[in-house]
Amino acid sequence: MVDMRVVVDLARCQGYAQCAFLAPDTFRMQGEEALMFHSSPDEAQREAVLRAAAACPVQAILVDLLDTVAIPPVTAATAATSGTRTV
Amino acid sequence: MTGGRSGETFPHDGRIVIVGASLAGLRAAEALRDEGFTGSLTLVGDEVCEPYDRPPLSKQVLTGWVPANGTALPRRREIDANWLLGVPASGLDLAGKRVDLADGREVPFDRLLIATGVRARPWADESEAALDGVFVVRTREDSGRLWERLAAGPGRVLVVGAGFAGSEIASVCRGLDIPVTVAESAEAPLVGALGGMVGSIAANLQRAHGVDLRCGVKVTRLEGDERGRVRRAHFSDGDTVDADVVVVALGGVRNTEWLRDSGLAAGVWGVACDSGCRAFDVNGLVTDDVFVAGDVARCPHPVYEYRFLSLEHWVNAVEQAQVAAHNMVSSPTDRWPHLSMPAFWSTQFGVNIKSVGVPVLSDEVVVTQGSVEEHRFVAAYGYRGRVTAAVSFDNAKWLDHYRHLIETAAPFPPSCPTPDQPADMKPVPAHFPDREIITHGATVVVTGYQPSERRVAFARPGG
Repeated sequence: MVDMRVVVDLARCQGYAQCAFLAPDTFRMQGEEALMFHSSPDEAQREAVLRAAAACPVQAILVDLLDTVAIPPVTAATAATSGTRTV
Repeated sequence: MTGGRSGETFPHDGRIVIVGASLAGLRAAEALRDEGFTGSLTLVGDEVCEPYDRPPLSKQVLTGWVPANGTALPRRREIDANWLLGVPASGLDLAGKRVDLADGREVPFDRLLIATGVRARPWADESEAALDGVFVVRTREDSGRLWERLAAGPGRVLVVGAGFAGSEIASVCRGLDIPVTVAESAEAPLVGALGGMVGSIAANLQRAHGVDLRCGVKVTRLEGDERGRVRRAHFSDGDTVDADVVVVALGGVRNTEWLRDSGLAAGVWGVACDSGCRAFDVNGLVTDDVFVAGDVARCPHPVYEYRFLSLEHWVNAVEQAQVAAHNMVSSPTDRWPHLSMPAFWSTQFGVNIKSVGVPVLSDEVVVTQGSVEEHRFVAAYGYRGRVTAAVSFDNAKWLDHYRHLIETAAPFPPSCPTPDQPADMKPVPAHFPDREIITHGATVVVTGYQPSERRVAFARPGG
């Protein structure tokens, strides 16, 4: 099972803390208004995270919108083929 | 010369190459598909992994909450891209419309987006930088290695440089109850970004949390033991500090070396572009098919007297990528300018620091709301009687108000929008280090006499 992916636009975040209330395992307040979030919460958190994202008053939470994330097919190992050729 | 596509068929069968597979590159790719681009899309990245988020690397990853390989960016949509990861670009042939890769491959394009970002500025002395226990923090590997070392409970961490990254790392150390010394060559932390007045507040914050803060000193030498592990740092004031972990947080170096012979206006300052993200060539002429976005871009902002700004901010990367993507697939009459107001955030010592505008382009600063003593306030920056920026400590919800003041050229000092007006609202000098010092020397030579002949070339040191 793949983990979720989460990112918060912290320039937009204003520390309403709705997310920390709805999904406390993924979103935590640090001090009065600084938000810390888990970038790859366990899949079991999905429902709570989606609720938190929906409830954010400034819509600062982005959750992966793909069911399966395509893993890039090319890695260093395969990219390291030698010689000049056109991709 | 490869067969290029242009004009009306481009959005359907054109070839777009994005060099740089981090935040700006990914968001641009997604925006291109959102815009209806159905041609071929290639992303080139020097790191092996897919795009990931970097801000957690100096915070959540170092505390051990988030694994270093667990910050991959969420995808907004399918992008159907050809990924060329783990290989850096090594050159650009503008006339041939081709990107050269370090492994010898060539990638042809009709339009190109440059989003190669910055890398960590390494410790200048290579043998000292190679000592075990000396770190920079830019990639997830960097952060993962530093986390392992912090988790092992070092005797003392030395952070060199008290910008945002260095201050955040010091904050994490204190949160883990690790003794930490911070060495900063300026008079206070964050001075380069926020000036001396706010910097002195940041200094108080660090000391209140037990940081051994040394300002106005440089680290002159890192000393290792017989097994090649760092053990001591020597300061310019003659003092020394014993530390088994040293984090070098001296900012970034823009990844432009691969463009050195490209004919673009690219150098240590970044890649210059217009507000529509179109790259300038070395003569200062705007190009049509090469675009720039993210940390590596250097773009004029009309609100700041059309000065060219390089912004290493998360939001700037996202918004500039969106503008660049739109302009790459739009007609000249439908181009967007990148006019978003610069904004950034930093979390350190339990305080949420946020900023809007460009504090460094100011001469005065005034606390307009809240209480400095409680580390909960807003300060506005002004330049010649106009509001140019604002910073908040645990008062983020007011920044939109200040954004509006900046965008409407409101007079400085502004009035306080709330009842918690500080008793003494007197502007003081913002105290930024001199920024007009020319540090790079002559960069170009101009040749020719007639307007039809005048051309620029980069000056080559020693040649």
